Amino acid sequence: MRAHIPSYEMVAPKTLEEALTRLAEGRGEWRIFAGGTDLMVLLEAGKLTHRRFLSVWRVQELRGITFAPQFVTLGSLTTYTDVLRHEMLRREFPLLAAAAAETGGVATQNRGTLGGNIVNASPAADSPPALLVYDAEVELTSARGSRWLPLREFHTGYKTTQLRADELLARIRLPRETAGFKPYYRKVGTRKAQAISKVCFAGLRNRATGEARIALGSVAPVPLRCLKTEAVVRQGGDAAAALAREIAPIDDMRSTAAYRLRVAQNLLKEFLDA
Amino acid sequence: MAESLIGVGVPRKEGRNKVTGKAQYIDDLHFEGMLYGVTVRSPAPRGRIKAIRFGKEIPWDEFTVVTAADIPGKNCIALIVDDQPCLAQSVVNHAEEPVLLLAHADKYLLEEARRAVEIEIEPLPAIFNIEDSLRGDLIIWGENNVFKQFRVSKGNVDAAWSEAALIVEGEYSTGAQEQLYIENNGMIAIAGPEQGVTVWGSMQCPYYIHKALKTVFGLPEEKIRVIQAETGGGFGGKEEYPSMIAAHAALLAWKAGKPVKLIYDRAEDMAATTKRHPSRTRHRTAVSRDGKLLAMEVDFVVDGGAYATLSSVVLSRGTIHAAGPYACPNVRILSRAVATNAPPHGAFRGFGAPQSIFALERHMDRAAAAVGLAPEEFRRRNFLRKGDTTATGQVIHEDVDMPGMLDQALRESDYHAKKERFARDNRGNAIKRGIGFASFFHGAGFTGSGERYLASIAGVEATSEGIVRVLASSTEIGQGTNTILTQIAAGTLGVPYESVEIVQPDTGNVPNSGPTVASRTCMVVGQLVESAALGLKETLAGAGLLKPSYTPEEFTRACAAYIAQHGPLRSYSQYQAPPGIFWDDEKYQGDAYGAFAWAVYVAEVNVDTLTCEARVTNFVAVQEVGRVVNPVLAAGQIEGGVAQGIGLALYENVVWQNGRMVNGQMTNYIIPTAVDIPPIKVVFEERPYAYGPMGAKGIGELPMDGPAPAIASAVENATGIRLNSVPATPETLMAALDNAYA
Amino acid sequence: MPKAAINITVNGAARSVSVWPMARLLDVIREELGLTGTKEGCGEGECGACAILLDGRLTNSCLVPALQADGAAITTIEGIARGEKLAPIQQAFLECGGAQCGICTPGMIMAAVSLLAENAKPSEAEIRNALAGNLCRCTGYMRIFEAVSRASRPEGPQR
Repeated sequence: MRAHIPSYEMVAPKTLEEALTRLAEGRGEWRIFAGGTDLMVLLEAGKLTHRRFLSVWRVQELRGITFAPQFVTLGSLTTYTDVLRHEMLRREFPLLAAAAAETGGVATQNRGTLGGNIVNASPAADSPPALLVYDAEVELTSARGSRWLPLREFHTGYKTTQLRADELLARIRLPRETAGFKPYYRKVGTRKAQAISKVCFAGLRNRATGEARIALGSVAPVPLRCLKTEAVVRQGGDAAAALAREIAPIDDMRSTAAYRLRVAQNLLKEFLDA
Repeated sequence: MAESLIGVGVPRKEGRNKVTGKAQYIDDLHFEGMLYGVTVRSPAPRGRIKAIRFGKEIPWDEFTVVTAADIPGKNCIALIVDDQPCLAQSVVNHAEEPVLLLAHADKYLLEEARRAVEIEIEPLPAIFNIEDSLRGDLIIWGENNVFKQFRVSKGNVDAAWSEAALIVEGEYSTGAQEQLYIENNGMIAIAGPEQGVTVWGSMQCPYYIHKALKTVFGLPEEKIRVIQAETGGGFGGKEEYPSMIAAHAALLAWKAGKPVKLIYDRAEDMAATTKRHPSRTRHRTAVSRDGKLLAMEVDFVVDGGAYATLSSVVLSRGTIHAAGPYACPNVRILSRAVATNAPPHGAFRGFGAPQSIFALERHMDRAAAAVGLAPEEFRRRNFLRKGDTTATGQVIHEDVDMPGMLDQALRESDYHAKKERFARDNRGNAIKRGIGFASFFHGAGFTGSGERYLASIAGVEATSEGIVRVLASSTEIGQGTNTILTQIAAGTLGVPYESVEIVQPDTGNVPNSGPTVASRTCMVVGQLVESAALGLKETLAGAGLLKPSYTPEEFTRACAAYIAQHGPLRSYSQYQAPPGIFWDDEKYQGDAYGAFAWAVYVAEVNVDTLTCEARVTNFVAVQEVGRVVNPVLAAGQIEGGVAQGIGLALYENVVWQNGRMVNGQMTNYIIPTAVDIPPIKVVFEERPYAYGPMGAKGIGELPMDGPAPAIASAVENATGIRLNSVPATPETLMAALDNAYA
Repeated sequence: MPKAAINITVNGAARSVSVWPMARLLDVIREELGLTGTKEGCGEGECGACAILLDGRLTNSCLVPALQADGAAITTIEGIARGEKLAPIQQAFLECGGAQCGICTPGMIMAAVSLLAENAKPSEAEIRNALAGNLCRCTGYMRIFEAVSRASRPEGPQR
């Protein structure tokens, strides 16, 4: 444990209103803390630079999975375990279930949240590629009100987002338009469990309409919905070349740019051939 | 009765404490008034220390600060060559080298202080790989960067080349590997000029630490006491480095006048402590038309890191295993351990042998292909048999049957049918399946004259209640020392398992039974315990208190009577080499080991050509380790070793940058999880060894040797690519596949 | 920053402790509550040695800030046996050789307890998945699978 723990502050509001009031008054002093599976790792390494945290773990308004005719809405504190245990969600959004099942082990799945996974803004996050192909929208809420934003616009660059200092991510909404789509999900991370992805591929294909939706993780500064590649697929062009232009993989301690590009293209081919 | 406990899977002696959470590891211990310690380390791989600056806003007067100037004795970690400083004084030779120590009661404040110390280094050029070290353009150690060199010579290699039908050459390499015991290193020390130095900690070798502390403090041996706490895995990683940590904790305690606890976190343990030596091996082999080995020339080099530490002995074992379990009339081996500016590489299960055996087994596959034989048939024609001589000229007196074990392993794994089926099914399939094997041996106990020099002692004592206590410095680190020594003592004395206790290894209380390394605990120390127990029995019989045949109750009465009449009832035994063992240190010839364990391992793999991820899908391990003392523990040793071997082969990749491990977290240094390990079938062929306790030989390191070459062979079978180095990460496999298809 | 008083039910007993809000629950368990059976292996949620049940759910205690445990019930390895009598899963670990060095064992047993509470008869694949977040370096896992499987069978452990 490399952090100076006494200099960190945490408060735990019980209601959303209380949390939003704190955020509004704090002018950027407070950061939201959910299941802690990312932030506590930084704390351990002595690399958690922010010092004041609002724990929303007990805020019930941020939990729950509700089905309406057009949308399914997920509280941002929905854990991977919540996803895996929800029969209807698993059936209708199998990519999300696949992502949840491949995130960490059981203990991580019990604590990690979809909202945290999105806001933490890691390009290697496991759930965003799945959420992106489902055209997820996120609700950003503050004391001033709420706004909905397509998830694909939420991440603006490496570890940067549209979230304002007084906002928190309250809910995630998925349009229930998955009928007719065939799902494809592959997380590539060397070992089978407890891995950080080198490439993560989520795809939906509708043979009847020719529509393909494609999103990847770990190949760009942000989890990337590949709209240009999708267009090329629709037009019957060279999808692999389009993907190569659209993604921007790098070399790091986990893998190489060349490997990531090749695997992304191989998975694209498998997805399209399936 | 005597042997009723041998060959039985009795539950682990300390198992109950482990499954209830009661076992006390070093971080679980707390001493009144204890301070916490940390180590401040070199940020650079090589250079001169220009300045050490202490940042503002830290109440430094509250801290205990130790530098090299505070060392009362000699500033070195005594081991073989005393070149490694306890704390760097003017120069640093590797990143993460310890420079300064801090202690404080508040461990959070201590972290602030660690961050506030700045060590300014004037950089010097550094070496980061074997080839640069051998080239010698830059000399960083001694006269030529070579810590140690061995030459082994048998027959006349030069005369053989011209007779050969074929000459096969190859180069092979293996990477660094982190031991990754799940319990990080740690020590607690109490020290002062009056009471001397006492340390408790996680360790394999209490007497190594004892020797190091004597040197650092310049104290007589009775002023030093080393006590092992429950130890959460070692695998060699707690063989030599704990001496450093013990010295650091003791220096802080000495200066502070208070107990000091020094526990590494995972990041520090990964970055600073030892790893398996990276290696590079070149083979040149002469083969006859009918597939007989005529000559082998081997050039084996290991990267020792910045200081000599154990590299010479790691090299020695790697050298002796470099020609493997094959009969070859002419052998020449040149081996070298060279210096680089990496943290010193050290002991890791197998100790050089996994490296040289990987190269050899890959090369044997290559030679088989060159001469047009199946790899199993090529092995069969060349295996060592009883009466043959090894590379060092050791005559094999054991009833070894490698061809029989090979047949059994191939049968158990359904090798031939699968090989055929995979070849058929792989066509047009993105997932390629393959099967491969490795055949190998592993010498038990210290190499050459090592055991004679060690002259280990173990003892047993009995109480008047009939409780037998085993006295040895051999440590339980998960491998089963407590259990097998209990089985051997109880079995020899004919008393119940529950009547035997293992005395906690404590240099103040137990004799030096040698380090807990080299697959020697069961075979060598077990034999000492057996013979000490026999001595105790003879003492009782000699005193007329015990008949040749007796019940446990009669044994208890005899102990009570003896103690009443004569006082303490103890018996010790000291190592004596089995008859006919001879070793020449100069020529590196003779009987390298008292006994070998023999094995054939078969691996099956899947390689997904889309991602180049390889997975082991099935594993068969057939071995002969003498008599199996505890089948549950023994199988656990094999399975655990195979899992580590799978890691070495496919997953475990230390990523270096300027001599520093940059993926030093469990998140980024990948070891196999519960879903990555295939079913492992373990088969023991039991051939009792005449000089082992109840016929047992060594077992611990053996399973580390075979998996990597077997898996590499299987990957090659699946994909057709030549796989000459491990780890075979997906990235390297993809590059190799590209080359193969290009 | 001030310390906070939190209330936790620990292995069935109510406890109140004063903690730094972001102290790791792991450290609170080991140092404040004195329950050292819960181990630290990596400090980053990767190895599972610190696993406990937090409100019945398997949780890596190194990743939980103490304040978030306020009002929660936790079960640690010390709460698994019934007095001197080992729980079936502990007995099975002992008999099958599921523990070697023992440092991963408490977390591994907690993961097994969590699995068996929800799935009394897990398949080997289910056992493997349930334990995938707990790293063991000694055993190669085979004997751990066997132990979990044995604990789930009606006849239970042999002794």
